[in-house]
Amino acid sequence: MILLDRVSKVYSRTHGAVERISLHVEPREFVIIVGSSGAGKSTLLKLLTKEEKPTSGKIVVGGIDYDKLKDKDIPLLRRKIGVVFQDFKLLPNKTVFENVGFALEIVGYGNKEIQHTVPRVLEIVGLKGKEKRMPTELSGGERQRVAIARAIVRQPKILIADEPTGNLDPKHAWEVIKVLEKINQYGTTVLLTTHNQDIVNKLKRRVVTIEDGRIVSDRASGSYEDKK
Amino acid sequence: MAKPPGNHRLITFGRIIKTGVQNFVRNAWLSIAAMAVMVITLGIILFSVVASATFNNTITQITDKIDISVYLKDEVSEERREELLGDVKNLENVKSVEFISKEAALEEYRRANENNIDLLLAISQTDNPLPASLRIKPNDVNRIEEIRDYIEQPEIKELQSDETSYSSDRKEAIDKITGATTFLQQVGFVGVIVFSIISMLIIFNTIQMAIFNRRDELQIMRLLGASTSYIRGPFIVEAIVYGIISAVISVSIAASLFSIASNAFAASSLGLLDISFAYEYFNNNFVIILTLQLVAGILIGAVSSFIATRRYLKFKTSK
Repeated sequence: MILLDRVSKVYSRTHGAVERISLHVEPREFVIIVGSSGAGKSTLLKLLTKEEKPTSGKIVVGGIDYDKLKDKDIPLLRRKIGVVFQDFKLLPNKTVFENVGFALEIVGYGNKEIQHTVPRVLEIVGLKGKEKRMPTELSGGERQRVAIARAIVRQPKILIADEPTGNLDPKHAWEVIKVLEKINQYGTTVLLTTHNQDIVNKLKRRVVTIEDGRIVSDRASGSYEDKK
Repeated sequence: MAKPPGNHRLITFGRIIKTGVQNFVRNAWLSIAAMAVMVITLGIILFSVVASATFNNTITQITDKIDISVYLKDEVSEERREELLGDVKNLENVKSVEFISKEAALEEYRRANENNIDLLLAISQTDNPLPASLRIKPNDVNRIEEIRDYIEQPEIKELQSDETSYSSDRKEAIDKITGATTFLQQVGFVGVIVFSIISMLIIFNTIQMAIFNRRDELQIMRLLGASTSYIRGPFIVEAIVYGIISAVISVSIAASLFSIASNAFAASSLGLLDISFAYEYFNNNFVIILTLQLVAGILIGAVSSFIATRRYLKFKTSK
C-alpha cells in the first residue's frame, strides 16, 4: 500500500529532514510513527501527501509512483488519501455537516449523495445528532472526530493522522484513537504519528521510531519504550 | 474509492459559480474600489467609441458636400469634353464626375435665386452666361492635390473658362475635425490603456486580498484534493462579476448623460460635437455597445484574476 525506498528530503546542506528512509506498509495495517518533535515525522507525512517533493528516493502509494505523478494530478492523489491534522483544520463558518460534506462537494458529488453519505459517516465517528453544530460549539475531541469524518467520507484506502491527539486531553484523545481503530477495522490503512506514550503502549500495533530523520526501530507490536 | 456520480462536471461548474458569487457578496466592500476604476475604464472606452462615430459622421457630412467644379469654355467640342470626362473619371482619387451643361447650370442658378426677381429677369434677357462644368467628387479630400495637378495641366487649363473652384473653406473645416478626431482617438486610446492597467492592478490586489482572507479554507481545499480549477474558478468568477456590474453601471451612466445632454442642448449646436447624433448612435447601437462593454469588463476581470490566482495560489509542490 505504501512503499518508501531510500527517501531523503534535504532542506539545506546542513539540515536534512529525513534521510534514506525505507518503509513498507501493507494494506489494512495500522502503523504508529513515533519520535520527538523535529525528528522528521511531519516531513514524512508531507512527502506522502505530496506537499513536499523528496530530494531523492522513490515513493509509491496505492500503486501511484510519485515520480511519474504530474502536478496537475496531485488532487487526484489527495482524494485517495484521507488526512487528519493536529489542529483539525475545520472551516469555522460551516456546520459539522457542511464541513464533512465539503470534502464531497469539492470533488463534484451531488447534493443527494452528500445528504445520504454524511450522516452515515458522522455515525461512525460518534457524532450523530450534532450535524448542525458549529465547530466552536464542540469539544476538541469532537472537532477532531469531525475532521476524521471528513477524511474518511470519500472512503480512502489510506488515512494519515498527524498528531491527531496532540491538542486533546487523555479522555478525548482516547476517543479519537478508538475511532481510528474502528476505521482500520473497516479496511483502511492507518498511519498515525504521535508522541503520546500511553496511546502507543495501549494500542499494541506496529511502531516505527524516527530519530534525526532516520528510522531507528520498526517493531511489529511495539511500545514507546522499545525505541530505546 | 467511490466515484462521484456522472454529471459531476456540471455540479462542479455550478458550485464554482455559486462560490464566486458568494465571495463577491462577502467581499462587497473590498470590491467597490475595483469596480469604480473598472467603471471609469469602461466609460472611457464607451465615450471614445461614441465620440469617434460622431466625429466621423460630421466629417462624412461635410465631405459629401466637397466637390471641384471645372468650368468649360463654350467652344469645347462634345468629343473633347467626353474625352476629358473619361480621363478625369479614371483618376485614382475621383469618386464621381458629373457633367453640368450650360442649360442645367442656368436651371440650377434660377432655382437658387428664385426669390430674386431682378436677377432672374436680368439673366433671361441675356444669352445664357453660365459655363458648362464638370463637377468632380473626390474619394479622399486630403488628396485633392492629385486632381488639382491634373486639372492645372496647360492643355486642360486651355479648355477652362474660369478658375477652378475647390470649395477650400470646407476643406479647412474638414482638416480641423480630422485633426480633432485623431487627437481624441489618441487620447482615448492612451486613456483606455492607462485605465485598463490601473483597473487590472486594483482587481489584482483585490483578488490577492481575497486569497489572503481565505487562505485557511484554500489550504484545506487543496489538502482535501480540490482540483486547481475548483480552487481558482470562484476567484475568476468573482472578478467577472466585477466586470459585469461595472459594464452595466458604465452603460447606465452613459445612457443618462446622453439623455440629459440631448435634452439640454437639443436646439443649440456644440460645434463639432453633434449631441443628437451621439444620442441617436448610442440608442441605435445600444445592444452592441452593451455587449462590447460586458466583453471588455469580463475580459479585464478574468485576465487580472487569472494572473493573480496564478501568482498567489501555490499549486506546485515545494521542492
